[in-house]
Amino acid sequence: MMFEWDWNYTWEILPILGEASLVTLQATLLGFVLAAVLGLAFALLRMSRLVYIRWITTAIIEFIRSTPLLIQIFFLYYVMPEFGLTLDAMTAGILALGVHYACYCSEVYRAGLDNVPKGQWEAAIALNLSPYATLRNVIIPQAIPPVVPALSNYLVALFKETPLLSAIAVLELMQTAKILASESFQYTEPITLVGLYFLVFSLISAALSRQLEAWLNTRHGGSR
Amino acid sequence: MQEKPIQHRLVIVGILSLMAGFAVVTYSSFREFLPELLRGALVTIQVTLGGAMVAVAAALIAAVFKMYGSLFGRWLAIFYIEVFRGTSALVQLFWMFFVLPYFGITLEPFTVGVLALGLNIGAYGAEVIRGAIQSIDKGQWEAATALNLSRMQTLRRIILPQAFVVMIPPWGNLFIELLKGTALVSMITLGDLAFKAQQLNQNTLRTVEIFSLVLIMYLCLAMIITSLMRALERRASRGLVRGRAS
Amino acid sequence: MNQVDNPMVRFENVTKRYGSHTVLDKLDFEVAANEKVAIIGPSGSGKTTLLRMLMTLEEIDDGIIYVDGEPLTHMLDGDRLVPANRKHLSRVRAKIGMVFQHFNLFPHMSAVNNCIVAPLTVLGLSKDAAYERAAELLDMVGLGDKLDHYPGQLSGGQKQRVAIARALAMRPKIMLFDEVTSALDPELVGEVLKVIRKLGDAHDLTLLMVTHEMGFAKEFADRVCFFDQGKIAEQGTPEEIFSAPTNERTIQFLSAVLETG
Repeated sequence: MMFEWDWNYTWEILPILGEASLVTLQATLLGFVLAAVLGLAFALLRMSRLVYIRWITTAIIEFIRSTPLLIQIFFLYYVMPEFGLTLDAMTAGILALGVHYACYCSEVYRAGLDNVPKGQWEAAIALNLSPYATLRNVIIPQAIPPVVPALSNYLVALFKETPLLSAIAVLELMQTAKILASESFQYTEPITLVGLYFLVFSLISAALSRQLEAWLNTRHGGSR
Repeated sequence: MQEKPIQHRLVIVGILSLMAGFAVVTYSSFREFLPELLRGALVTIQVTLGGAMVAVAAALIAAVFKMYGSLFGRWLAIFYIEVFRGTSALVQLFWMFFVLPYFGITLEPFTVGVLALGLNIGAYGAEVIRGAIQSIDKGQWEAATALNLSRMQTLRRIILPQAFVVMIPPWGNLFIELLKGTALVSMITLGDLAFKAQQLNQNTLRTVEIFSLVLIMYLCLAMIITSLMRALERRASRGLVRGRAS
Repeated sequence: MNQVDNPMVRFENVTKRYGSHTVLDKLDFEVAANEKVAIIGPSGSGKTTLLRMLMTLEEIDDGIIYVDGEPLTHMLDGDRLVPANRKHLSRVRAKIGMVFQHFNLFPHMSAVNNCIVAPLTVLGLSKDAAYERAAELLDMVGLGDKLDHYPGQLSGGQKQRVAIARALAMRPKIMLFDEVTSALDPELVGEVLKVIRKLGDAHDLTLLMVTHEMGFAKEFADRVCFFDQGKIAEQGTPEEIFSAPTNERTIQFLSAVLETG
């Protein structure tokens, strides 16, 4: 067996990778905030009374969902400057992640909105609430809590896609690991460590998500 | 829900006409870049098809082992599913490309791409298959036992044909994810669509046309997958739908 | 009681528990060949569990079940009884057929294919022979014109008749009917009972039915068993049970059922 795990090297690179993982977490959180907000906007636009707005939103979502995130990252990073919008790599990456996952989140929100009983809308009309007040105070507060677990799944999915940012040289975990590896010609340790990092975080968040779901179920008494 | 197919078709028509308009506007670059991009698209299609086969095989094996395997078999299936779902696809790709050689296993980039992406999607597919099989009413198993069918016969003749219909739509989504995932193989030197896009971009700097064209080509491939899966769903559910109609 | 020389089915000291709840309590029970037994009793009294254990859908916690002279849940290893393996279960199970409350037809197969699949794969019949047998049986249950209909295209009564034909296609010696009319609209009950009556006239079948159709049990069964709290509280001919019950619980149950029925 020619394989050998180099512990000295591991201890040497661990702090560097730890620092890079902060960039990964930053991209994850900012990207997800964007996804969550934009996703809700998409979902509401898809409920618009105007047919054209519904269709255009649907088309945009279908388009983004059907094309690779990697190309979208390139698009934002290389193409936007042509239109006078020059973004640094990190910003372009976060934007791409956020917009891409906004499309997934919008489906989740839509399911949540569809699950609010029709009677709630009718009661709001009977109380003469404005459409905005109806959404803000009646519908959305009921629609979102049940779908939080589904949203959190996409948070984890987005997290696992952050290594794509290495393609435009954002110094996140993967890119850092690659640089370390190519400097030392030791690929096993850095790349395996990155894999373990994602695995540990994913398993933890899966457990948390299950707890959240159980908690929501008891809190809402299965009313869904 | 009922208006969904119509809406879907309208969206496709809209996107297609947008694309046609775009093609007319950028006719010259269209002609210039298309041959090279088509060569890339061919690689993308090959990786997608190969990956799909690996994914379905891995998913089926993992699902059956997780549900009906021995303790060791179950443990192995869970390990596979959790590791491939828990780590990122790109990490898996790099790991197989850069680290496996240190174990004495050196694979072609194409093989690495097909294996890594296939195994990644297969881990999600395993849960899809498991969910579909478990969604079949327990009474079906009991009726099969009463008819003295063995467990394998029941699975093959009674349960899987019904579960198959249930799992077509989620597999359609997984195949789209696989197609999108193939763009990652450009990062291990494979000349797919994404790779050609970057190459052409560096050589010509005609960024807008190239990336727009590439996005549209991916969209077309995705729409082909979607329509194929819809056709499959219609075919597979014929008997069941006919039944439900009355 | 009711000791028979060569019982087709024999429960010996059989116990079944779900957690701390005892469903069947040291049950001894025998059915003679070609006997028609109706099992009645309040829900939760263990009557369905009895059928399901006979069909090997439930494991037993204690005791032994014999079918046609050989142990079902156990087998002989030398001269010791050990828990049965799959092969043994399958061999003994071949003598038993079952019809379920909720039909459990295979929805992706036409009526005739529902009746063919097991003879084809388990008995190894040829396609032609299996089809011929299935068509004959479906004709017998009055569905000769519905061979290619899917379960979803059939009424509840028709579905249940397909289920009966499907079970018969395996040529069992014993047929189990588990509340087969309970899920049916009232106007469809008759057609299913008619088919069961027809089976009773053929003299080579042992029938066990759990039922709420007291009228049918009364005129059809050779023997009626009243189950209560995991035990046979009372059994006898239909006349004995329905006209002159002696057990307090039987009297209560029958008066409650007959009042609402």
